[in-house]
Amino acid sequence: MAKENLIPEVDIVIDQEAGVIREIKPEPKLRSKKAHEKRVNGAIYAILIAMSVIWLLPFILLVLQSFRVEYGGQVAYVIPKQFGLDNFKFILTETNFPRWYGNTLIIALFNSVLQTVIVLSVSYALSRMRFRGRKLFMKSVLVLGMFPGFLTMIALYTLLKNLGLTQEGAIPGLILIYCASSGMGYYISKGFFDTIPKSLDESARIDGATRFQVFLKIIMPLSKPIVIYTILMAFMAPWGDYVFASYVAFGKSDSYNVAVGLYDWVNTNDFQGYFTRFCAGGVLVAIPITALFLMLQKYYVEGVTGGAVKG
Amino acid sequence: MTDLDYLKMSKGEKLVHNAGKWIASLPKKLLNSICAIAMFFVNLVKKFIAEIKDIVMTFVHGDWKTRVSFFIMGFGSFARGQWLRGLLFLLFQTVFNMYILFFGGAYLAKFATLGTIATTKVNRKTVYGDNSFMILLYGILTIFFIIAFIYTWRANVRQNKISQEILKSGKKLKYAKDDIASLADSQFHKTLLALPTLGIFTFTVLPIIFMILVAFTNYDATHQPPGKLFTWVGFDNFKTLFSSGSANYGDAFGQVLLWTLIWAFFATFLNYFLGMLVAIMINKKGIKLKKMWRTILVMTIAIPQFVSLLYVSKLFAADGLINSLLLKWGWIKEALPFWTKPSWARVTVIAVNIWIGIPYLMLIATGILMNIPADLYESARIDGANAVQTYGKITLPYMLFVTGPYLLTSFIGNINNFNVIYLLTQGKPDTLGNAAGATDLLITWLYSLTVDNSNFKIAACIGIIVFVVCAIINLVVYNLIPSVKNEEDFQ
Repeated sequence: MAKENLIPEVDIVIDQEAGVIREIKPEPKLRSKKAHEKRVNGAIYAILIAMSVIWLLPFILLVLQSFRVEYGGQVAYVIPKQFGLDNFKFILTETNFPRWYGNTLIIALFNSVLQTVIVLSVSYALSRMRFRGRKLFMKSVLVLGMFPGFLTMIALYTLLKNLGLTQEGAIPGLILIYCASSGMGYYISKGFFDTIPKSLDESARIDGATRFQVFLKIIMPLSKPIVIYTILMAFMAPWGDYVFASYVAFGKSDSYNVAVGLYDWVNTNDFQGYFTRFCAGGVLVAIPITALFLMLQKYYVEGVTGGAVKG
Repeated sequence: MTDLDYLKMSKGEKLVHNAGKWIASLPKKLLNSICAIAMFFVNLVKKFIAEIKDIVMTFVHGDWKTRVSFFIMGFGSFARGQWLRGLLFLLFQTVFNMYILFFGGAYLAKFATLGTIATTKVNRKTVYGDNSFMILLYGILTIFFIIAFIYTWRANVRQNKISQEILKSGKKLKYAKDDIASLADSQFHKTLLALPTLGIFTFTVLPIIFMILVAFTNYDATHQPPGKLFTWVGFDNFKTLFSSGSANYGDAFGQVLLWTLIWAFFATFLNYFLGMLVAIMINKKGIKLKKMWRTILVMTIAIPQFVSLLYVSKLFAADGLINSLLLKWGWIKEALPFWTKPSWARVTVIAVNIWIGIPYLMLIATGILMNIPADLYESARIDGANAVQTYGKITLPYMLFVTGPYLLTSFIGNINNFNVIYLLTQGKPDTLGNAAGATDLLITWLYSLTVDNSNFKIAACIGIIVFVVCAIINLVVYNLIPSVKNEEDFQ
């Protein structure tokens, strides 16, 4: 083998001043670069399309199953043999589903109002005011947050039971639980408030505004994205809560939320009969939530990215 | 060693060198923290003595109004015309006395034993004895109340001292009107934080302390109030949890802990890098329909997890669509054991979690990628860097720096990721014994021990372990990652 073949195809320049050897790669030809670019983009499109299929497939299947008329659990074909609204009709008229839906909606509405008020109050106080115990409060919340939430379940259940807020009273009970500890979730909105210049507050206070007025008339109007984000999160959370909701309702079907009810359907003995109904229920839950989310996506992104960066 | 020596070293050597330095500094750090803790306690004692002195001096130098206030809270405030403050103090004292007298006192008295009178049956009638659960719960509540009372009493004494001094110097006191007005202004934080703090105390702090204490009792299915009593057992539960053998939990615990950490590692970092990759692909120049790709991926965030995850879990089941289609097409002979074989289940769970996790990371990464100064890329391009190099030298370091705190929270979040595991597998297949399954995280194990097995004592121990694990990770990372400490460094 000739030795010359082993020499790589680069120009080597010895830079005397810096005392180093630099490699200069030959400039690729423009035309091949464009072709390369095209190939890369093509590959990316292929990956994105494949991903879209994987990401959407479960939902498409879910919707298809919900319209399936013929009986049976999971079947070995994708497109139903007969389309119809039987499943929707059944769950809306002959099961407790409308009740569960109403329960969840009530919880979500109350939760979104109360939790937003609490979270924003805490965030404002921690971001804008300096007082004794502020650091202590923040540190305690950090430490408390490291305990797994379910640890407290039994004690919480007893507390609620003594207040009469389990089983029949599960709805107010759940609202109470969700809101009581929501003050601990102040990170994101505090981070947002921190970015609003303090000179705004100060100039308003010089003009004679109280802290309360500053909060209401200056900070709030500037914080629309974070307010919407907080409301959105508080509204969406109750729809997916299974653990506390099932524990507090304690087998009382009238007090279930949708997650508990539908979970029971999939894990009942009559899985064959209820599978398509579960799909129908899932669709009914998913449609409004998804629509709302996609509408307010912009604010969600703002909250998530802001929160991720600030931690 | 000089700086030059250090700079000459290769990356690996640098790493070893730095690690060595860190380990060498450990004893000193440990000593420092021990000193700090000791100083903390010394200061605490000093402060306590100062407080006592101050209280005594207030009594000695106080007028009769102040002295009566030592026994009837708020008396001094009333006598000086601050009726609102007086009323609040008096009200608190009355409520406290009533509470201790008629409710809390009885529970507190039995706190040391958690009750001695067992529930018995007399002539087919159940005669209820002590309820250990209530004694523990309300005992803690009473202790809280007593601490609050001492604090308020001290405030009451201080209040008298201050008022007395203000009056002596000839200034005016603050009256009810001023107090109420200040709640919307200089004392606004009290208005804002009162209710949230009360809520956190009753519904988070109290239950957490309760469960921590349960870890030191024998509260389980065979000691369940109101029928049975339970009592303090010291560290016995931790011994059972850590020692191996058929009667103990050690073997299952070790495996679950290991899997929890493996899971958290993969769930965090796989999602992180893949999500970033997807974000970079969508953001690339020349890719069209950016918004549509993002929206498609974001669907998994929008749809409630219990719908999507429950459906996906059924999809992979033995009789699920995937298996039945593959069987029908003749690609496989028998159903793939997605959820039934431990190793399969673990891989499937991680894979499904990627499906859940990529969209979040994609959103976060998109936001951050747009913030990277474009001239960095420009200069890299001029220097002839290719895509992989720019990624490794610019994008990745920037992302890692900015999202350091996020990685930490996400790792902790994944240790406690109940939803994904529970909705997909419920921790099954149950291969580890003691109600633990191959895909069980500590948190799902805790849940099934509590709800299905009523084994509250071990569940409480596991809860404490989860806390300890999270706390250790937090501490280590806080000391290692600079961006967690100084948010504003990277500018």
